Amino acid sequence: MNAVVDILISASFWAAVIRIASPLILATMGELICERAGVLNLGIEGIMVIGAFAGWMAVYQGLPLWGGVAVAMAAGMLFGLLHSTLTVPFGLSQHVVGLGVTLLATSSASFAYRLMLPEVTSPPKIAPFQPLHVPGLSDLPWLGEALSQTALTWAAFAMAGLVAFMLYRTPLGLAVRAVGENPAAVEAQGLSVTGLRMGAVIAGSGLMAVGGAFLTLSAFSSFFFEMVNGRGWICIALVVFGAWRPGKAVLGAILFAAFDALQIRLQQTPLGAALPYQLFLALPFILSILALILMSRRAEVPAALMVPYNKGER
Amino acid sequence: MRLEAIANPSAVRRLGLPALALVLTMGVAMALALVAGANPLAVLGQIATGALGSKLAILETLNRATPLIFTGLAVAVAFRAKLWNIGAEAQLYAGAIVAVVLGTGALGSPLVLPVSAAVAMLAGALLLLGPVLLKTRLGVDEVVTTLLLNFIMLLFVSYLLEGPMKDPGGMGWPKSTPLIPEARLPRIVEGLRLHWGFALAILAAVVVWVIQTRTTLGFEIRAVGQNPEAARFAGMPVNAVLVKTALLSGGLAALAGWSEVAGLKGHLSSDLSPGFGYTGIIVAMLALLHPLGVILTAIFVAGIFVGSDAMSRAAGVPTYIADMLMATALLFMVLAILLTRVRVVRG
Repeated sequence: MNAVVDILISASFWAAVIRIASPLILATMGELICERAGVLNLGIEGIMVIGAFAGWMAVYQGLPLWGGVAVAMAAGMLFGLLHSTLTVPFGLSQHVVGLGVTLLATSSASFAYRLMLPEVTSPPKIAPFQPLHVPGLSDLPWLGEALSQTALTWAAFAMAGLVAFMLYRTPLGLAVRAVGENPAAVEAQGLSVTGLRMGAVIAGSGLMAVGGAFLTLSAFSSFFFEMVNGRGWICIALVVFGAWRPGKAVLGAILFAAFDALQIRLQQTPLGAALPYQLFLALPFILSILALILMSRRAEVPAALMVPYNKGER
Repeated sequence: MRLEAIANPSAVRRLGLPALALVLTMGVAMALALVAGANPLAVLGQIATGALGSKLAILETLNRATPLIFTGLAVAVAFRAKLWNIGAEAQLYAGAIVAVVLGTGALGSPLVLPVSAAVAMLAGALLLLGPVLLKTRLGVDEVVTTLLLNFIMLLFVSYLLEGPMKDPGGMGWPKSTPLIPEARLPRIVEGLRLHWGFALAILAAVVVWVIQTRTTLGFEIRAVGQNPEAARFAGMPVNAVLVKTALLSGGLAALAGWSEVAGLKGHLSSDLSPGFGYTGIIVAMLALLHPLGVILTAIFVAGIFVGSDAMSRAAGVPTYIADMLMATALLFMVLAILLTRVRVVRG
């Protein structure tokens, strides 16, 4: 028990929590925007992969780090365009299209990787984002170490605030939320349901891709095929856990990251040595399922989620 | 734009559009070959000969199709009831684990094959039962739970292979102890590398087809899939139908892993399935969820994968072209099927 307390009060633990939460926050915000507009985006896992790959490859080819972020976002938006074209005007099954987009984006990344680096056995490294020095803040004891984070992490948290502001304080956000609850009413207001939903999916997919790019540009400095490893599916669970609200979803991501950071550290304790390490690795997925069960009774799901809208019907 | 239902779609429309989807996929294949700096027509030819060009190639394609028929059927059965089982990968491994547990000496001939097949199906069925009960009782989306279970199952397999199931003679490779000869599925024809799992897969497709077309359950599955509210109003036990569907679907997916271990590999390793569970979704959708169609589309998809491996060695186009083509075919196909029923009008 003392070992756990020691971990929980260490600044390096909280630095890891914030770091692990960052890509989850970005991708969860992306999924949340899609779902608030009424579209479930199961392309998230693949879009994170293509974002991780495209951002990394762009930087490897000589673009600056923020250029890599922009390329990742553009790649994600492209797959968002594909997803939303099929699911919004054509109203195709969001389950099937989402899985198709995940398969296509993942295999595109693998194909492009092999095409551009046919000979390499281990992927080349890039110089990733470095922790920002914030005058005043960085010199504080404990807090300075916990908040020693890259610009992309600060951007992730700022983005969550921006998404919350956009959804709840702007006319556009009101329209996006309305289109996920009652699209017919939005159409009656003279707004385009198709345009709002497609825009939300494209913008959301861009954020998911940046979440993926965080892994290569800020966390690991290299690209591996299996690096997203289910994070996208976990983000879908986080949206449910956060009851489709940005603030609660961020808290969920932090809670989740805390468990993840804790399990990594517990593996190095006597308790960790006694248990199979696979149990620790499975913990995030088990927690996600538990979170879904815990939140299942609450009826806050957008009313028109997964309901395609066809003008002139009903 | 908006969509308008077509009252009586013509035969040209119903057959031509899916065919067009496949032609467009071939177009994408040629474009990708060009991007990779290869001759597009040569690449298509090499994929075809790699899949079907020799007796060895055909047998390899049929072997690869075997697990895909099982997972394709699992998905087709579930999707017909709008039960989104994306967990065929985990259920496959559940079947594979049972094949090892019962096939390494716990049971002897002649019991071992039928018993381990039955227990494997039970294990896969039970694995899907959890997510389905969560769906029917608590309204938890089964897509996410079945997806998450895939990751948990792979870690469990990794644990088994490094712990209780580890092959002492494995030279450090994480693989299980090999099956006893009595627990192996024999070859259909002596000397040809094709095991009875393939025949079993065909049989399973026929059984599923009979269930869907000749039994009350099949009728109920369709009704629940088309309109659960109407089915409930008509007095159908919707949740019970979903549970039965899940048991069938999970059992079928488990047979994929069981037959790979008992028929092809003879042991369990963590690379037993290169995503057969996910590819099963493509197989099922290309077959329009028809169980007999699954046989054909599984062989087609297996051929693309086997042929792409061969082509990649010869032409240098990355073998991942196969995954891209299958995802593309899936998306084209769902759009083509929609457009057989509706037309796009302005306004």
